[in-house]
Parts: sequence; C-alpha cells; structure tokens
Amino acid sequence: MIKVLKSGFYTTIQDKGRVGFASLGVPVSGAMDSYSSGLTNHILNNSLDCAFLEITLGGCKLQFLSKTTICISGGDFSPKINNQSILLNSKISIKENDILSFGKVNFGVRCYLAVKGGILTDIKLGSRSLFKNITSNFILKSGDYLSISNLKIDLETSRTLVKVNKNHFESKVIECFKGPELEALDIHQQKILFETEFSISKDINRMGYKLNEILENYIPSILTSAVLPGTVQLTPSGKLIVLMRDCPVTGGYPRVLHVSEESINRLSQKTTGDKFQFVLQ
Amino acid sequence: MELLLGNIHTYKPFGAKAILIEWKAIIEEAILKDILEFKDKINSQKSESYIDYSIGYNSLTIIFKDIILDFNKEVEKLQSIYTLNSTIKPVQNFLWEIPVCYDLEFGIDLEEMSQSLNLEILEIIKTHSESIYTVFFIGFLPGFLYLGGLNSQLFFDRKPNPRLNVELGSVGIGGEQTGVYPVNSAGGWNIIGRTPINFFDLELSNPCFAKAGDQIKFSVITKKEFSELEILVSKKSYQLFKTIIND
Repeated sequence: MIKVLKSGFYTTIQDKGRVGFASLGVPVSGAMDSYSSGLTNHILNNSLDCAFLEITLGGCKLQFLSKTTICISGGDFSPKINNQSILLNSKISIKENDILSFGKVNFGVRCYLAVKGGILTDIKLGSRSLFKNITSNFILKSGDYLSISNLKIDLETSRTLVKVNKNHFESKVIECFKGPELEALDIHQQKILFETEFSISKDINRMGYKLNEILENYIPSILTSAVLPGTVQLTPSGKLIVLMRDCPVTGGYPRVLHVSEESINRLSQKTTGDKFQFVLQ
Repeated sequence: MELLLGNIHTYKPFGAKAILIEWKAIIEEAILKDILEFKDKINSQKSESYIDYSIGYNSLTIIFKDIILDFNKEVEKLQSIYTLNSTIKPVQNFLWEIPVCYDLEFGIDLEEMSQSLNLEILEIIKTHSESIYTVFFIGFLPGFLYLGGLNSQLFFDRKPNPRLNVELGSVGIGGEQTGVYPVNSAGGWNIIGRTPINFFDLELSNPCFAKAGDQIKFSVITKKEFSELEILVSKKSYQLFKTIIND
C-alpha cells in the first residue's frame, strides 16, 4: 500500500490507456510521455501493462506502507527517500514506512514512478488511467491509499544507471505528419507553419497544449470527425492546439498536422514558454 | 439501388497508426448507413491489426495496432473489405424514447430563445419533442450523442461565452444540432430542458444504451414526473422505452 501524504501539483495514475472505446466517446488517456513510463516499467522488469504514477513537477509526498522496489524515470525533480537523494532510472529498494519526496525541478515536466508489480487500483474499461467520470477520481488526493503488488522476493538496488538521451528533454524539434486538412491552407500559410518557432501558452493540460502564435486562418471548420492524441487543430482565432492523451475522440477544427508518437512524448516534457518548431517527418 | 452519393469515399493517412476514410462533407443518412455497413464489415474480419474505430458525420477512422508501413496496401485491404457482399446480419437499431422536462427551472435558455426566434416557448417544446433524431455517432464526451434531424426553426447559435458548468442531463441546442450532456461539463449550447436518464453508466456492460444508427425521440414530462423518474433511475429500476426500427 502507498499512502498519499501530499498529492502535489497534478499527480495521476496512468498505464497504457483505454483502447477500443472511441465509439463510446471515451478518450485513450495513458502516460503523456510513454517513452519515460515504458522505461521505468522496463527497468523494474514489469509487464508494460503495469500502472504507475505520473507526477507533474513533483510536489508530492508518498509513504510506502509495505516494502517494495521502485523506479522513477522522466523529468528530474530531485527525488528523495527519507530525505536522501535517489537516482533516476534505477531500481531503488524501499522499506516499510519509507517516505518519497521531491525537491528542485532540474529538467522535464513529468516523471513516472513505477513499483514492482504495478499499482493495483480498479480497472475501468480495460485501464487504470484516471479520467473524469470514468474513474472515481481524476487526480490523486492527499489521504488516498493505493494498493500495490506484494513483493515476495527482495530485489536489489541496482547501481547501474540507464543512460537517457538528453535530446528527449532538450530538442526543439517536434516531428509531425501532414494532417488531413493541411492542404486546405495555402502554400504561404503552410510555409509559416513550418518556419515559425512556436511557444507553449499557459493553457495546457493532459487534453491539449494551446500555442501562443497566430496563423491567420481562412479555412472553415469541418464536420465533426475523429481527432487523436497528436492531432494539431487550427482554431478560428488562428491559434493552434496540439491534442494530448486525454483529448476528446472527435472535434470540428481543421486538423493541419499530426505530431508523431515520439514527439508527443517530447512535448509532454515541455511547458508554458518553451519553444519548438514543427518539422515534417 | 443505393444512392451513389452515399458510397463515394476517399482514404487519407492520419498520423502513423490510423487511416481516415471520408465521404462527402454533408450530414446525410445515406452516408451514415454506408459508414455503419463498412464498419460492420471491418469488425466482422476480426482482424488484430485494427484496434479501434471512430465515426464522424462523414468519416470513419480506423486505428491500427502497429505503425502502418505500406499505406496503399492497407487501403487496398480496406477497399476489398468494403466491396465484400454484405452477408452479415445487420446490427439491430432502436428508437429510444427519452423523457425530458422542459420546465423553465431546467430550460434556462428557453426564454431567450423564445424572444430571439420569435417563437412561443410551448412552440419550441412542441417542435423539439415532435422530431425523430438520428444518432450519427458518439463523441466529445463519453456518451455524448451527435444527433441529426433538428427542425431548422430551432437552429440557434451557441452562446458566445460557454458556461463553466452545464448540469448532466441538460438538453441543449447548439447551432444546427441538439443533444444531451451526459456528464457535468463546460458547454456553450442553449439549454432547453433536462432528462433524468443516464447516458453513460459504467456499471452496465454497455455503458451507453444508444449507438450510431439508432434514433431518439424526446417526450415531454412534468417536474413531478422528472423527480419520480430521477429516483427510479438512481435505483436502476427504470426501463427506457424502445422500439425496433424496421429497416
């Protein structure tokens, strides 16, 4: 069991997401940065279906009520066990009543905490990912208790550190495909789309990232059609929205680009004010 | 003889793992019928390559398990599925009767609409509850039905400033569409009434009773009936009235 002493800025339970329910209007959800979440499960030798915590910019404090082994990957928010710094991307043995906390944000926006065997909260429509009106809560709250797998054998804390490509956090390149409505833009507008350095606005969450710059928009709305995580919509005001993991299943704004899976992960580690450029794959 | 209009469609890549199939950009039941038949044929293949699908007014998006390496080859496969002779038993569709209370306490935008449209409130209610609506697809929120068939007399623009919270069960009009908010949500539609019916219930094996191709009719209930039905619905002892649509 894990006791949530402090829930932090925005901490959720995620896994690979809810696949197969788009026709009911149910979003996919799942880890914003599936590269980092996959890495943490991989290091613990977990099944890639195991659920984990997605912790946004730290701030949370957790107490482990039973012994286990954990791993944290993704953003570096100076994680500590009982006030002693621990390594990212490495197996950490946890004793009963150990307390995990975070400190200074060094890089990235989201980190992933996996425990051996995974977090065992209720499965709704094939997934443990928190989502409003699907799961009972949509974020962790202080005082929550989370079931975890009981560890039968002690796993050793490993000293081997997995090297993570820094490019994942630093690259300003967001790779994308042409969206279904890209050709509705004239050549000049398309040129601007790929030449502009875009910056991320304050309006960001797990559903989407709104960008600050304006692309003059003459193209009309479309009849409501599918959108997917990675779809870049052009709104009537000329602002772009990059849809992320919790996005609705349909939308009516033109879909000018589609961000690659790898670049959705990359964008998930960026926040308000960060800059990037769209590059066609 | 099928309408040709309903059959013409094109294929586009949609990211690395999806193909977007589009019909002419109009809201038309012949197109919906073609989309649903195609979707049923694809489902009947029980292929592991396709993990999900999403329907729009004039589109069907097929989501693949793996990255699509050869787009043209996958399109050919889909085209051959499309041209299969339909031996599949069509999915049974229903007409659902949804009780709605149009009392001003719930229909908070009825007065404004009445003034702007120059229509008596009773006339709005009568017009809205007389029509039979077709469910084109579910999107936006879990259990949110996109309905076609709103009487053009009731077309009314969305609110310039969306409300931060629209109560679940609210029945609204947004432009040329009408629908029911399945959960509490922000929303810009004009609210004309409320239903006690739950449009998304995870405790049921099928969380949303309606599906694309079904029909909806709203029936007028009083506030007293609303309160009674609300209790029955919360006890899960209310059975929605439905009739089979004969094709």
